[in-house]
Amino acid sequence: MARLKIEDLQRIKEEHKAASTLREGGFRAKITVHMGTCGLAAGARNIMSALLDEIEKSGVTDVIATTSGCAGLCSREPMATIEIINNPPVKYGSLTEDKIRRIFKEHIIGGNVIEEYALVIGSETAY
Amino acid sequence: MQKYRANLMMCAGTGCVACGALKIKDALKAELKARHLEDEIQIVLTGCNGFCSNGPIMAVFPDGIFYQKLKPEDIPLLVEEHLLKGRPVEKFMYQEPDKKTKVPAMKDIPFFNLQVLRALRNKGMIDPEKIEDYIARDGYQAAAKALLHMTSEEIVKEIKDSGIRGRGGAGFPTGLKWEFCSKVKSDIKYILCNGDEGDPGAFMDRSVMEADPHVVLEGMIIGAKAIGAKMGYIYVRAEYPLAVKRLQIAIDQAKEAGLLGENILDSGFSLNIEIYEGAGAFVCGEETALMRSIEGKRGMPRPRPPFPAVKGLWDKPTVLNNVETFANIPPIILNGADWFRSLGTEKSTGTKVFALTGAVNNIGLIEVPMGIPLRTIIYDIGGGIKNNRKFKAVQLGGPSGGCIPESLLDTPVDYESINATGAIVGSGGMVVMDDSNCMVGMAKFFLEFTAEESCGKCPPCRVGTKVMLDMLTDISEGRGKEGDMEVLKDLSADIINTSLCGLGQTAPNPVLTTIKYFRDEYESHIKDKWCKAGVCKTLTTFYIDETLCKGCGLCLRACPKGAITGEKKQPHKIDNELCVKCRSCYVACPVKFGAVKIGPGNMAVGAESK
Repeated sequence: MARLKIEDLQRIKEEHKAASTLREGGFRAKITVHMGTCGLAAGARNIMSALLDEIEKSGVTDVIATTSGCAGLCSREPMATIEIINNPPVKYGSLTEDKIRRIFKEHIIGGNVIEEYALVIGSETAY
Repeated sequence: MQKYRANLMMCAGTGCVACGALKIKDALKAELKARHLEDEIQIVLTGCNGFCSNGPIMAVFPDGIFYQKLKPEDIPLLVEEHLLKGRPVEKFMYQEPDKKTKVPAMKDIPFFNLQVLRALRNKGMIDPEKIEDYIARDGYQAAAKALLHMTSEEIVKEIKDSGIRGRGGAGFPTGLKWEFCSKVKSDIKYILCNGDEGDPGAFMDRSVMEADPHVVLEGMIIGAKAIGAKMGYIYVRAEYPLAVKRLQIAIDQAKEAGLLGENILDSGFSLNIEIYEGAGAFVCGEETALMRSIEGKRGMPRPRPPFPAVKGLWDKPTVLNNVETFANIPPIILNGADWFRSLGTEKSTGTKVFALTGAVNNIGLIEVPMGIPLRTIIYDIGGGIKNNRKFKAVQLGGPSGGCIPESLLDTPVDYESINATGAIVGSGGMVVMDDSNCMVGMAKFFLEFTAEESCGKCPPCRVGTKVMLDMLTDISEGRGKEGDMEVLKDLSADIINTSLCGLGQTAPNPVLTTIKYFRDEYESHIKDKWCKAGVCKTLTTFYIDETLCKGCGLCLRACPKGAITGEKKQPHKIDNELCVKCRSCYVACPVKFGAVKIGPGNMAVGAESK
C-alpha cells in the first residue's frame, strides 16, 4: 500500500462500503433469489450470478442479494423478490439472465417496477 | 472490488482456534468451492467474537444468523441449506438455557443484545489482518483529526472531559496522566501500551489485540501527539503469540501506509512503535516494573515518586496506558467527550470489558455500560448459573480483587461502588462461583498466585504473602486455630500499608473479602474441621444418606477407586478407607436425589448411619 494522505482514508472507506453494508445493515434494497430445489433446477444459480455481476458493475453499495427457499409457485421459477425500503415487495417470475439485468437497472436503480415481468406486488400475510 | 452477497464472519480468536475454527474454515472453503459459491460468498476470519464457551462460532451476514459449536461434518448441510437455498439451519443455532426455542439472530440473543460495544466495536466485524477493513469502519479518522486539527492541549482536554479512567485496574483518570506528562519539558518522551494481561482467567486485552490491532496503534498515535512522544512500545506477554503476530502485521501495514513513521499524513508528526515481548511475570504489569523490563533489566518495581510521567522509561517522561484504554481513545476524539459520558455513571464513564467466566452458562467476553448491576451481568448476559446450582460469589479483579456475595449482587459495576465492597473493578476478570466452591480454598488459590509472583524486592510482600499462605494452608488442612482470622486481618493491613507496589498492596484483598462475607466458612474450617463445600480434602468425608439414595448406580460408576458398593435399587455405601475425596460421586448424584452428603473431616466411619 502506498503512503496514505488524509483524503485516502475517506476513499478506502467508500470503497469498502459494500462490505460494511452487508455486515452492518443499512441497505436500501434487498433482492432475494428463490433457491429451492425447483428454483435451482430452473436456473436460479445463473440468475444470482448475473445479478451479482450487475451489482458489481454498477458500483452501488447499498443493495444486497440473498437467497431463500421455494416461493411456492414452482412453475414460475426462477423467481426473485425485490424489496426496496418503504415500498411493498415485488415478486418476479420466469426469470432469465437478461430479465434480471433489466430489473436491476430499471427497478432497483431506476425505481420503476417492470410490470410485464412482475407477478405480484405485496406479500402473503402470515397472521 | 469483488462483490459478495454474503460474508461469513468466522471467529479466529485463540478460543475458537483452539476448538477447531480453522478446520471449520477449511471445510467451508472446500464446500463453497464444490458448490461454486466461492465468488459469491466470502469467508472473513475475525478476532474474538466474545461468546467463547460456544465456539467455533460463525455469524452469517447480511442475515445476521449466529451459528455455534460447529463441526466440520456440519458444513455441507449448512452450506446447502442456508447459503444455497437460503434456509438457516436451526440445529446449529444458539439455544437459551431453559428455553426450548432456538434463537437465530445475534441481535436477539441476550448475551449480545445487552452489551454496548465501544472498545470492542470491531470485534467480529473486520478481518484484523486487513488495514482496509479497519479504515472502512472509520479507522485512523480520529488520528487524522488529532494530528491535523487538534493541539496537544485540545486532545488532553477532550480526554479529561470524557472522564475515562485507566482500564488496567487502578482506574486513574487517563486525561490527567496525559496532562502531567505533556507539561514536562523533555526532548525524548515515550508512550507505552500495557498488554501484559496477567490476571488468571482474564483475556480482555488479548481479544482487543487479536480482533482489532489497529485500534491500539491509533490510540497510541493520539496519546503520543498529546504528550509529545516520538517512540512507543507495546508490551505484550509472549504467551499471546496470536496477538503479537497480528500487532506486528498491523504495525507493518501502518508503516507502509504512512500512518506510522515519519511525517504521518503530512502532519509533520512522527511516531514509531515497536513490540516488546514480556516473559510472563505478573509483576511486569506494574508500570515501573514494566519499564525496567523494557530496559532489559529485571522486572521489579521502584518507589514512586518520581512518577513515570516525569521519570519513566530510561528516566524519560513516559505515559503507560492499558490496551482497552487505548481502544477507547479514537471514538472519544471522533465523537467527543459528551458522547463518551452518555454511558456510565458520573465518576465512572463509558463502558467496561469483562471476561465473564466460571459457573455461568455463557462464558465469554462482554462489554457493558459502567453502572450495570452485577445481577444483570450474571443472570441475563451470563444466562444464570450452570446446572441449576446456587450462586455463591463473584470474584472481581483477579488476585488483587475480592469476592462479592449474593446479598450485594445489586451493586452497580463502577469503580467506587465495587471498591466499597472490598473488591476492585480491576482489569475486568469476573469469575462466578457456585455453592460447590470453597471460599477458603479460593482465597488460598489467589494467595498462592501472588506469593509465587511476588518479585521479592520488598519484605512485606515477599514474606507477608508467604506467611498468610501458610496460615491458609493450615486452615484448609485442619490445623487452623482460634484467632487465625484476626491475625490474617492484621497481617493484611500491614502488607497493604507497607508494600512497594500494587501487587503487594492488593494481594490480601481476596482473603479480606472472604473473611468479611464468608466468615462462617472460615469458622467451620477452623472449629468444626469441616469444609462444607467438600473441596478441602482433609476436612471432608463423603457419605451416602441411605434414606435418599435410590440405588441408581451413577455414583458407583463414577467412582475411580471402586470405593462405592451397593445393589441396584438398594442404598449404596462409600468405603472411606478407599475414598480419595475426588467429588466424582457428589457430582454424579442427580440433584433431585442429593443423596451424596459432605460431612466433616473427622467423621467416624459408619457414623452416618446413626
